[in-house]
Amino acid sequence: MAFLVETIGKRTLRAVNGMGKMMIFLYATIASLVFPPYRVSRVVKQVHFIGVKSLFVIVLTAAFTGMVLALQGYYTLQKFGSEGLLGSAVALSLIRELGPVLSALMVTGRAGSALTAEIGIMRIGEQVDSLESMGIDPVKFLISPRLLGAVLSVPLLTAIFDVVGILGGYLVGVKLLGVNAGIFFGQMEASVEWNDVANGLIKSLVFGLIIAWVCTFKGYFTGRGAEGVSQSTTSAVVLSSVLVLVSDYILTSVLL
Amino acid sequence: MSETSFVCEPCGLEELPAPDGKPVIRLVGVEKTLDGKKVLDGVNLDIPRQRITAIIGLSGAGKSVMLKHMIGLIRPERGQILIDGVDISRLSRRELYKVRRRFGMLFQGGALFDSLTVFDNVAFPLQEKTDMGEEEIREKVLGRLAQVGLEEAQGKFPDELSGGMVRRVAFARAMVTDPEIILFDEPTTGLDPIIRNSILNLICHTYHQHGFTMVMISHDIPDIFQWSHYVVVLHDGKVVEAGPTAEVVSSVNPFVQQIIRGDITGPVHLM
Repeated sequence: MAFLVETIGKRTLRAVNGMGKMMIFLYATIASLVFPPYRVSRVVKQVHFIGVKSLFVIVLTAAFTGMVLALQGYYTLQKFGSEGLLGSAVALSLIRELGPVLSALMVTGRAGSALTAEIGIMRIGEQVDSLESMGIDPVKFLISPRLLGAVLSVPLLTAIFDVVGILGGYLVGVKLLGVNAGIFFGQMEASVEWNDVANGLIKSLVFGLIIAWVCTFKGYFTGRGAEGVSQSTTSAVVLSSVLVLVSDYILTSVLL
Repeated sequence: MSETSFVCEPCGLEELPAPDGKPVIRLVGVEKTLDGKKVLDGVNLDIPRQRITAIIGLSGAGKSVMLKHMIGLIRPERGQILIDGVDISRLSRRELYKVRRRFGMLFQGGALFDSLTVFDNVAFPLQEKTDMGEEEIREKVLGRLAQVGLEEAQGKFPDELSGGMVRRVAFARAMVTDPEIILFDEPTTGLDPIIRNSILNLICHTYHQHGFTMVMISHDIPDIFQWSHYVVVLHDGKVVEAGPTAEVVSSVNPFVQQIIRGDITGPVHLM
């Protein structure tokens, strides 16, 4: 019994300690964004890495998501004689939920894992210590531009995801299954409100922050050697993805 | 550029005129535990100003940890790290960054930034921490690269360099800001004897030229004794011997004699 209590106690303390460390890391990163010098070029570089280089995978995922939504939606709505609502069903699903969530998961897989591995390798190769020894704050130099880059990129990628997804839905719904184009877009315009778009963007901002926060944290405090970096990368992807889905539920319940 | 194209006149280590005689770095009762193991156990040590001090000891003796304490990369659990009388273990992060401007450090693997060229790696501390203009930085960087015999490699990336070249670039970067103190974490480990001696020779020449205080971790025993004024022997987180090189070499301490001779029998049994 004593052993069980001791084990639970140890794990709880470790978890609380880990969460505290993550919060301090986030605070230090945001605080370092406030004070000069401001390195705009480094942020632009990260927007290019996280945003531009993720475009292909985002466009591909979005197109097929929209297409499958239209296909599934059409056969479901047809049962109720409501095929005309296909446009709004595709658009609302993408803008409210699938756009932000799938974009975040794709960015986690493509860019988040790379962020963890890059910073982890810098840590084990003593490059982070080297920055410290030169009197350069590694959080400001390495982490802040990546956090800001992700917070700027993920909403933009989500917007692209939404547009491409709707186009995919249009191709299948209108061109393949024969739904009237005017009805498809007319219903969409009537049902999608600015609030839906704003909620989707708020979600994607939060997801961008979560991805950059978790992935840079895991890289910054990586374990020893190649195995340590590999474990950090895996746990960064898993934790980011889980946090994205959990925060999606919380945000949806708050924003609805 | 070949690895051995860097040649300079053999250096005979001399002592520059002694300054005030006060130690520049002083460790007082420093204790540190890492992963449940006491790595530094009440270390008391003085590093003399404008001298080359070599730290020797077995692997895992705490040498690198001690070096990182000197520049504030690791904070001690107990004790003081005094740099010219200022305890850096109590300083805020911002104050510590100011103190670090007095230091240059060469890490074991060089710790060069992979995405930057040789030139940019050396220029990096100047670009980040000084108000120097582009032309001034260029002049200074090329000067330092010439000093280490690598001006022709300025456009290369670290993965295009050999181990010895990486250490030389790292050395150029460590001294580009004209620091007062340079710390070397095993600058010659894993290099062949010719490259190793050329790097030690370079360190010696740089000392004569600039009069930096240099602290160097080394496993090159007994060769390191001809390149250092002072020697510190560390074992199990404790300083077992420290003093002028000649005194340490003639020490009667059986552990010191074992490590100098590399005997497999003696107070330390590894197997």
